[in-house]
Amino acid sequence: MMADKIAFGKRLVTKEEYFSSGHRACVGCAEALAVRLACKALGPNVIIVNATGCMEVVSSQFPYTAWSVPWIHTLFENTAAVASGVEAGLKTMKRKGRWPGQEPQVVAMAGDGGTSDIGLQALSGALERGHDFLYICFDNEAYMNTGVQRSSATPFGAATTTSPAGKESIGQVTWKKNMPAIAAAHDIPYVATACPSYPFDLMDKVAKGVATPGPAYVHILSVCPTGWRCAPELAVEIGRLAVQTGIFPLYEIEGGQYKLNVKLSKLKPVTEYLKLQGRFGHLSEATIKEIQDRVDREYAKLMEKATAVAGSS
Amino acid sequence: MAKAESELGWKDLEIGSIVAEPGSAAQYKTGDWKTQRPVLDESKCNKCGLCYIFCPEGCIKQKADGYYEIDLSYCKGCGICAMECPKDAITMVAEEE
Repeated sequence: MMADKIAFGKRLVTKEEYFSSGHRACVGCAEALAVRLACKALGPNVIIVNATGCMEVVSSQFPYTAWSVPWIHTLFENTAAVASGVEAGLKTMKRKGRWPGQEPQVVAMAGDGGTSDIGLQALSGALERGHDFLYICFDNEAYMNTGVQRSSATPFGAATTTSPAGKESIGQVTWKKNMPAIAAAHDIPYVATACPSYPFDLMDKVAKGVATPGPAYVHILSVCPTGWRCAPELAVEIGRLAVQTGIFPLYEIEGGQYKLNVKLSKLKPVTEYLKLQGRFGHLSEATIKEIQDRVDREYAKLMEKATAVAGSS
Repeated sequence: MAKAESELGWKDLEIGSIVAEPGSAAQYKTGDWKTQRPVLDESKCNKCGLCYIFCPEGCIKQKADGYYEIDLSYCKGCGICAMECPKDAITMVAEEE
C-alpha cells in the first residue's frame, strides 16, 4: 500500500502519473503541473474530454499522447456538450446492463478561452441539464497556445498581443470575467477555485468535485511564464502571491454555501504580485491603485458571502 | 510505437488516427530543452517531497531510501524545485555542452 503512495503528513499521494513526462509544455508551465496534480486526484477510472488549448496541444503531439487515461479532443465550443454526451451514453449503457463494473467519471477540461469565451454556452447548457460530470477550467488568463491574445479572463491592465500597452493604452481595459460566479449562478452542487501553488487543496477539490453527484466546476489559476512574462522558476511563487494578495482567493461553494479555504488575516499589496510579471510592467501608480481598490472591494464582498451564509445556517 | 517518429508512414496509422498506446509521449525526451540543470544535495535534503509535488514534468521520483532523484532526460530546467525547496538542497547549474 505504502509503496505506491508518498506520505505528506497524514495525506497519501499516489506515485502513479496519468499525465506522463515528455509532454511539450513550456518550461515552468504551472498549467501542466495543475493537470498532473488533477490527474493524480482523479485516478485511472475517468474519461477526459479536453478542449482545444495549450493542454491539448502539448499533450497530444501526433503520434504520441501524454495521457494514460481515456482522452478525447474536442473543439473549443463543444467540450461540455461532448462531456454531456459521454455521460449520457455511459448512463444508458449501465441501464441496459452493457457496462459491467464501475462506470468511469466524466471530466471536461478546458482553458480560460474555451470556458469563459467560446465554450460558455455549451457549459451553461450542460450545467443546467445537470449532467454528472466535473468541468475543470485551467485559467492562464489569455489565449497562450496561439501566442498570448486577450480573453475575457485576462485581468485589467495586462499587456497581451491584442491588448498591447503603449502611450494610449494601459493594456487590457476590462476586468476579469468572474467565471466561478457564473458557474455558481447555475445553482450546481459544487464550485471551487484552486491553484497548483496549493497542491493538496487542488487535489482535494478535484476529488470532491468528481465525487459530487451532478455537475461540478473547478476553476484553476495556472501561471504561464511565457505569456505572463515572468521567470519560470517563479511559477509556483506567483500563484501563491495571487492567493495571498486576494487577487485569486481560494474558496468553494457547496450547495450555495461559500467557504474560504485559505484565510488571510491581512492581504499582501497587489504590487508584490504585479511586479514579478512583465505583462504588468508598464502600469502606473494610479492604475495599480485602481487594481488594489478593486481587489479589496471584491475580497470584502467574498468575505461577506462566506461569513453571512455560515452565520445564518 | 515500434518505429521512430520519422519512419512512420500513413499505413502505420490506426483507423481514425487514434493513439492506442497510453503515455507514449514518454518516448520523447524533453531533457535537451534545458539550459540549466538541478543538482540535489542529499545531505541537506529532509525528504519533504515538495520538489516532487511541484515538478510540472513529473520527472522527480522517490527512491527506495526515501530520497528523491531527478530524471534529467525529461527535466526542462525550469528551476521550480530549486526555488521551492525549503532546505535549499537543490541548486541550478548551467548546462555545459
